[in-house]
Amino acid sequence: MTTTVEPPELITPEEPDGPDGHAPGTHGGHDEHAHHQGPTGILNWITSTDHKVIGKSYMITSLVLFFIAGIMALVIRVQLADPTSSLVSFQTYNELFTMHGSLMLYLFAGPFAFGGLANYIVPLQVGAPDMAFPRLNALSYWLYLGGSITMLSGFLVAGGAASYGWVAYAPLSNAINSPGAGADLWLMALGLTGFSAIFTGVNLAATIFYLRAPGMTMFRVPIFSWNMLVTGILILIAFPVLFGAVVMLFCDRHFGTHIFTVQGGGVPVLWQHLFWFFGHPEVYILALPYFGMVTDIFPVFSRKPLFGYKGMVFATMSIAALSTGVWAHHMFTTGVVLLPFFSLLSYLIAVPTGIKFFNWIGTMWGGQLSFQTPMLFSIGFLFAFLMGGVTGVLLASPPVDFMTHDTYFVVAHFHQVLIGTSVFAGFAGFYFWYPKMFGRMLRDNLGKWHFWALFVGFWLTFMPQYLVGLYGMPRRVADYLPSNGWTGLNVLSTIGAFVIGASFLFFLVNLWVSWRDPIAAGDNPWDGGGLEWFTSSPPPHHNYTHLPPIRSERPTWDYNHPEHRTIHTGQPVPVPADASDGKETVGAN
Amino acid sequence: MRVSAVFLAGTGIFFGVIGLVYWFTSYEDAGFLMLMGSALLGLLPGSYYLWWSYKMKPQPDDDPHAEVAEGAGAVDSFPGSSIWPFILGMGATFTVLTFVFGLWLAPLAAALILSAAIGVTVESRRGGTV
Amino acid sequence: MAVAAPLALGGCDFFPTYGASRGATQQGHDTFKLYSGMMTTGIVIGGLVGLLILWTLLRYRRRSEEMPRQFHENIPIEVLYTVIPVLIVAGLFVFTVLTENNVDATVPMNATLTASGKPVVDIRVTAFQWGWRFDYTGLNVGVAGETTNGPDNHGPQMVVPVGQKVQITLVSDDVIHGFYVRDFNFSRYALPGVTNVFDLDVLNTGTYSGQCTQICGLYHSEMLFSVRSVSPTAFRLWASAEVRAGHTLVRSGSSTSNNPPLDTHVTPSNAIAPPSLVKGSA
Repeated sequence: MTTTVEPPELITPEEPDGPDGHAPGTHGGHDEHAHHQGPTGILNWITSTDHKVIGKSYMITSLVLFFIAGIMALVIRVQLADPTSSLVSFQTYNELFTMHGSLMLYLFAGPFAFGGLANYIVPLQVGAPDMAFPRLNALSYWLYLGGSITMLSGFLVAGGAASYGWVAYAPLSNAINSPGAGADLWLMALGLTGFSAIFTGVNLAATIFYLRAPGMTMFRVPIFSWNMLVTGILILIAFPVLFGAVVMLFCDRHFGTHIFTVQGGGVPVLWQHLFWFFGHPEVYILALPYFGMVTDIFPVFSRKPLFGYKGMVFATMSIAALSTGVWAHHMFTTGVVLLPFFSLLSYLIAVPTGIKFFNWIGTMWGGQLSFQTPMLFSIGFLFAFLMGGVTGVLLASPPVDFMTHDTYFVVAHFHQVLIGTSVFAGFAGFYFWYPKMFGRMLRDNLGKWHFWALFVGFWLTFMPQYLVGLYGMPRRVADYLPSNGWTGLNVLSTIGAFVIGASFLFFLVNLWVSWRDPIAAGDNPWDGGGLEWFTSSPPPHHNYTHLPPIRSERPTWDYNHPEHRTIHTGQPVPVPADASDGKETVGAN
Repeated sequence: MRVSAVFLAGTGIFFGVIGLVYWFTSYEDAGFLMLMGSALLGLLPGSYYLWWSYKMKPQPDDDPHAEVAEGAGAVDSFPGSSIWPFILGMGATFTVLTFVFGLWLAPLAAALILSAAIGVTVESRRGGTV
Repeated sequence: MAVAAPLALGGCDFFPTYGASRGATQQGHDTFKLYSGMMTTGIVIGGLVGLLILWTLLRYRRRSEEMPRQFHENIPIEVLYTVIPVLIVAGLFVFTVLTENNVDATVPMNATLTASGKPVVDIRVTAFQWGWRFDYTGLNVGVAGETTNGPDNHGPQMVVPVGQKVQITLVSDDVIHGFYVRDFNFSRYALPGVTNVFDLDVLNTGTYSGQCTQICGLYHSEMLFSVRSVSPTAFRLWASAEVRAGHTLVRSGSSTSNNPPLDTHVTPSNAIAPPSLVKGSA
């Protein structure tokens, strides 16, 4: 049933607002919101176009893929702990690191952020009833699921899964060097999930541009949604290039073209240009949503507004803009790219990233900090990304890149930034918004165990990798010589990896306990400021039955704490309509 | 609509400038063309939205003093439950599997895609599930 | 502890060189200076920011229910922490460009002497699945390698003279490989269809291990080689001994077809025969 949605009518409360700040009361008389006789059970799930259902589906699917990829990582680490190990064959090893990287980057980090949490939260944050194109949203999820199954099915075909690294450089990825259906399935999976991402990008941009609630100007949109807008545009820039490259490679493999082969007059390095023009914005597509999550979390647990809101917006746009011009810093060692151009732009990305760091610190500065689980994970993100970001600046220098490229130094760098964002900040966002999505709390004590185990395991895993890379250990190697002297550091790294694995057990137990023995969350357990904390947990169908006036980026905070409302210089202070209690409620219709 | 127009047109101009700088410093074809393509990505819709935005009245979401009541009326049309995204998604999946495993999958893929295309169109016209 | 343990296991030699090699070539030495300068900068800046975060966390722990002051901007400070990073980054870029010009400077390809009169040794390095071949084009010496998946096989050794300029021409017969010598602080791709040229000025005698760093298929981890630098006299003696032993250049066979990975001794008499193609058609 297609519904046209009226804006929520606001009920004048008959009694004072409760501590969670929103009026008790019932719905008005909209029949569509009352008893939906829709499909039930699994048919309900398959036909749902509700962004909340789709977002949860994305999150569950991506977390399952995350665990699968994590198991692959553990196998890799066991193999590497012993230089003479033959736990897995060379072929299997190459498949494992290829699929570990592919699952993590294409199927977990991105989809969890923009398909999962953003899908759920962005319409709530901007005051929209749903995403702009609900059926397209649902299609995104089914393409993602189909693509994930397609990629994993590479393990079931003769010749095994793709084994050329998540970047699939030509000519290694052509039909001569990588025959077999596994590589073709990998390429096709990228086509499906690429379109899934493109459609989500369209939805995000359209929702944030056109479905904001009255009064929510662009500079009152929460930074998480701002970052999702910029991510959506980046997706539109990057993913079509990937699709084109994948089609070209498939044609080389099966239709007799010679785009990437020298013998046919082609240029192998063209693949790298195409791939990295996608690949570098891709890693910022992966990072920006997670930056946005912690940017929404720090103000809540500091009980202060975000420091430098406009600076954050400027920084996000700068990062996105610069990220499109640095792709060939992954190609410094090819000898055929313009080094100064890419080096300078890569260095410059450090500036807006630094602005973000100082704004996060400025948010906490002078605040009243409390360290519940979402805040702990956000702080963990800060430290992880600080070091990962600094080593990234080192890699922006071509001579330093020559000595570290394709060694474990780079592996450590990108794991620090990717885990800092998608895991630390990702769990921060998950723990933060879980009460809103499910109406119940996760246990904070289990969350703290989860955090500390992950934090310790994370540093133990990746600090040795920086060193062993500087000592000369290349990446993507299934074994090494005992005489290299790399064994001890590899053993440490493997122990750390298992500690990381163990940390997720706390998370799983937490989920199970919260389900079996729920603690009701209420509308706003963290005293958050975003609009999403104004509605019930979980939100009703089409999200809002009433809206507060929106005069800053923290409308719920302003409503609950009118004496501490967010005032930006140059903006007139809103005059309360009802002078007696200072709360502005608005009639509708 | 002014906001999205400025965003997209600005993106287009940015890529145009960077693309030209890149071309005259490196003379490298692939990067230049991709940057120019990105410029078009911004300029084409951006210029169109910019032209449209001068014909539209200002929206309450861009008004810092807007009241909730100003957003009264239909917000948008939000299709409810629909099986067609699932069918189309499965059709796309089987289409790519046809490329990998052979033409014998093509009839199934085509059937799924065609029925989804028809179903979605009818659903939109009728305003209800088929 | 998680940070200290790997440092301890790394032999506590982290600090003088930050884990890197000082560089056995002039170019590697220049790279090391840039690297250690950047590491010092990074440690200082990262350390200061990290301490700032820690201090903030400790100083502003929630002590009461009093509402903190709701400030949200400070334009002078925001300008400061925008401008200062730009200056730092600009400085790093300048040092990068200066170092990079030294590292990638090459003498003209057919030069036999540098501008200052040093002899130039030309070596054509061919990467293939899964080994390395070193052809000393001016000396009729060819050193061929094979996949180093045996316990005693450390791959081919490239002998070079100290104090002279070695110009490497790097090509690939099949897929992309990475030519990497840790002690030279240097790597470069062997790209099919591309000829990469770079110069090495080896400073000291010694043996340095090398390995392929770009995933190239099944035996990517078994593409080891080494570089041994000796005095110029010893180098000349070595070169003549190699010629006498028959380790000379491959005379025939195109460089774009697949070289047999087990190509070891190629004598002038059998160099006429085309190399057998081990894999299927190209």
